Amino acid sequence: MKITDDSPPVLTALDRPNSYIGRSVPRPNLQRLTQGRGQYVSDVTLPRMAHVAYVRSPHAHARIVKIATDAAKKAPGVIAVVTGAELAKVMTPWVGVLTHLKGLKSAPQSPIAIERACWQGEAVCAVVARTRAEAEDACELVEVRYEELSAVTDPEIALDGKTPVIHASLGDNLCFERKLDVGAVDKAFAESDAVVETTFRFGRHTGVTNEPRAVVADWNEGDQRMTVYHGTQAPHMMQNLFAKHLGIAEHQVRVLTKDVGGSFGIKVHTYADEMATVALSKLLKRPVKFVADRIESFVTDIHARDHRIKAKIGVSRDGTITAFEIDDLTGIGPYSVYPRTSGIEANQIVNLTGGPYKCPNYRAQTRVVFQNKNVMCQYRAVGHPIAVAVTEGLVELAAAKIGMDPLELRRRNLIADDAYPTQSASGLKFELLSHHEALAHLDSMMNYAGLRAEQKKLREKGIYRGIGFASFIEVTNPSAAFYGVGGARITSMDGATVKLDAQGTIIVHTGVTEQGQGAEAVVAQCVASSFGVPMDKVRVITGDTDNTPYGGGTWASRAAGIGGEAAWQAGKALRANVVAVAASILQAKPDDLDIRSGVVVDKANGTERLPLDELARVAYFRPDTLPPGFQAELMVTRHYVPRAWPFAFTNGIQGCYLEVDTDTGFVKLLKHWCVEDCGTIINPQLVDEQIRGGVVQGIGAALFEHCLYDERGQLLNGNMADYLVPMAAEMPDIECGHVVSPTADSELGAKGAGEAGTAGAPGSVMNAINDALRPLGAQPLTDMPFTPDKILAALGKV
Amino acid sequence: MSDHALDISLTVNGDRVQERVDARTTLVDFLREGLALTGSHVGCEHGVCGACTVRVNGEIVRGCLMLAVQCDGARVETIEGMSDSGEVADLQAAFEQRNALQCGYCTPGMVAAAQDLLKRGGVPSRDEIREHLSGNYCRCTGYHAIVDAVEAVAQARAGARK
Repeated sequence: MKITDDSPPVLTALDRPNSYIGRSVPRPNLQRLTQGRGQYVSDVTLPRMAHVAYVRSPHAHARIVKIATDAAKKAPGVIAVVTGAELAKVMTPWVGVLTHLKGLKSAPQSPIAIERACWQGEAVCAVVARTRAEAEDACELVEVRYEELSAVTDPEIALDGKTPVIHASLGDNLCFERKLDVGAVDKAFAESDAVVETTFRFGRHTGVTNEPRAVVADWNEGDQRMTVYHGTQAPHMMQNLFAKHLGIAEHQVRVLTKDVGGSFGIKVHTYADEMATVALSKLLKRPVKFVADRIESFVTDIHARDHRIKAKIGVSRDGTITAFEIDDLTGIGPYSVYPRTSGIEANQIVNLTGGPYKCPNYRAQTRVVFQNKNVMCQYRAVGHPIAVAVTEGLVELAAAKIGMDPLELRRRNLIADDAYPTQSASGLKFELLSHHEALAHLDSMMNYAGLRAEQKKLREKGIYRGIGFASFIEVTNPSAAFYGVGGARITSMDGATVKLDAQGTIIVHTGVTEQGQGAEAVVAQCVASSFGVPMDKVRVITGDTDNTPYGGGTWASRAAGIGGEAAWQAGKALRANVVAVAASILQAKPDDLDIRSGVVVDKANGTERLPLDELARVAYFRPDTLPPGFQAELMVTRHYVPRAWPFAFTNGIQGCYLEVDTDTGFVKLLKHWCVEDCGTIINPQLVDEQIRGGVVQGIGAALFEHCLYDERGQLLNGNMADYLVPMAAEMPDIECGHVVSPTADSELGAKGAGEAGTAGAPGSVMNAINDALRPLGAQPLTDMPFTPDKILAALGKV
Repeated sequence: MSDHALDISLTVNGDRVQERVDARTTLVDFLREGLALTGSHVGCEHGVCGACTVRVNGEIVRGCLMLAVQCDGARVETIEGMSDSGEVADLQAAFEQRNALQCGYCTPGMVAAAQDLLKRGGVPSRDEIREHLSGNYCRCTGYHAIVDAVEAVAQARAGARK
């Protein structure tokens, strides 16, 4: 393998001379990180900064009878010991509901538990000290008397009437439910030649960001301002929430987000301990730092994917899918997470199941229940890995049942590439997808026929290899339909401010944030291309609510498609302004000029007329030489929000090739393929790396990752030795391919690519395992993660 | 409790360091908090993730599994020192070119582990690279790009030796 150099630009409608759109240019900000000179929040220290550690409930559900803090207060280095009741004077509680998820309910949650702890790990008392070590020492001296309450852990019995209700004020343990019935489902099943019915289970797992959650809050009593250094994906959202619950104005809060050591949706939520840290800073009038340690991460970072889905597919002899039906149940912990709620994952499963196919008959039900475990909420590819695994698992089981090749069955049912615009049975609106072209591309890229021949030959030698697929759709570039319409102050727009500095360099402030996806590179590529400068003349600034335009941040695969478009438009607008300055200096017509590679040129023949540094010198220091009445405007802002479609759906298909050791139950991944269509590709290398990283996260879900709880709500494997994550030795090489169907909603045409890998990988791995074991008569495996013991059980060996 | 503090003397990135440290302070906490060398990161705090990988007397170790007091008299090298000496400049350039890092949190440890493999000489296979890096957790990349970058540097160094 060699590292290929940047590819030359492909000519498209977006092409300007020296365009960077479609080129694999390296990210401009990486040396800082390769040299260990980044600044993560866990690296931040401030004068007078104190450290907080939290005393956390050892019980899944308990009444807090008494908290004795005297001994802790006398411990070396301790500055303050603060209970939930004391902190309530500084910060108000919150409730995680959205009005467009009708009926969704939750209870008020406080920064530190008051009277009752509702999951193992919930903070019940804060200890602030000079060092983290001293704070932890003193935590051991805080005496909390608990009265243990019965814990509701099993979602199956959460609603049965005999199970205690966690929040009496809510009446029951139901957070949210949704039912959907489209077409004639019963009739379709009755007329099917074959019906497959099974139950899928998905292990609760979590994000395991390499850098844990971290926050440094600094209330300046003199300025009456709160500065929060925060490893977040959504600085403006957090600015609003900190202000709201401290009872101050948004302009009194500045959120600064520099380097973030991984996010994946983990760092886009409100965490009680982070809110408490901010409140403690206000209370103590000094900077306070909180960095979760690994066990705290496991018991408080949002979990996800804990679903049980009874599912059914009907199919006719010719392979036509006649109907899909799902019944989903999920336990989301004791609170719906604020402000995005814990109903979105289940809602997405209802929306997305069956989505790639033209089948018109679909029935779905989901119930989201409260329980005394850590909270669940949106994690990379929200709902997609589950909906895709259920859909694609059913499709391959149906194919096996009628004896049809699984790719052939898909060919007969995927929505035709010329059928757009169209919509799914659940009502999702699709502008333009490319399922068939993607499938054909995958078929040839992986040499499917060759692999089948190899598989057959090896089976004769007792080697069991499997090939599995997963077609998928992915929600990207969300409009206000996602959160805004539900009343949350989470903006779907994003902005870019672009200025020409006094040396002719372009400075960009953007509302999207960088957690490693390459958002800064994409924004720089867009501005460099639309304005007309080399990449090294563009500097991008992110993550500062005092200075960047208002924006949503980086989540839901929105940074490139939405932030990139805003940057593209801002660059264009600044070019027009700068050309106007050049025209007045050169006494030329603006329409005859352009900016290329950092020089003002004649549009017709590219003759160089004026370098940008000279233009900037005149505009900034000798404006007196410009014509009377002419004012150079060298800074512009543009915003963009998707309007024509609620979401820019993308699509694709993944293929997995693996080998199962039928004696040990171990799975060896041999190769993985993904063909996806994210519209215009701004940076092919960054898209591929989003896919690859996402695929491996999905493989983790399929084979390793599981937050194991006992029946009393105790997490049994809250460390990285017992909770397994994908490591280099077990992962395959991953080949990526692309189809390009741009969205017409923006000039760039870019859709998102951040979650496609995670969406499709678990289903394709599951299907490959079942494909490998089918000749051995194994029961199909549908209970993720597929650990060796489950595989041996399916083979009847244990 | 921190009843025991000891004086230690060591070199860190070639600089002589004399400090009094709590006996319980880990090497990585000492580097980060005592010396403000924040390039070494803390991930799992029990030797699994490799984010705190540094070199002690030429061997890579987990900074979270070694105590600072154990480094009395030792030669400690962190990513800051390896960067300034130019020793890993080609690896860093390959990681940047190949986008073998996303959030970058694992990268200092990953580069140290890769250098440990490459300084043995030869061109390791992709499987050998994966095996050697199997104690360094990366949540972002899926490892493929990292293996590409390390492989490319191994080939380039082997070519330069010929």
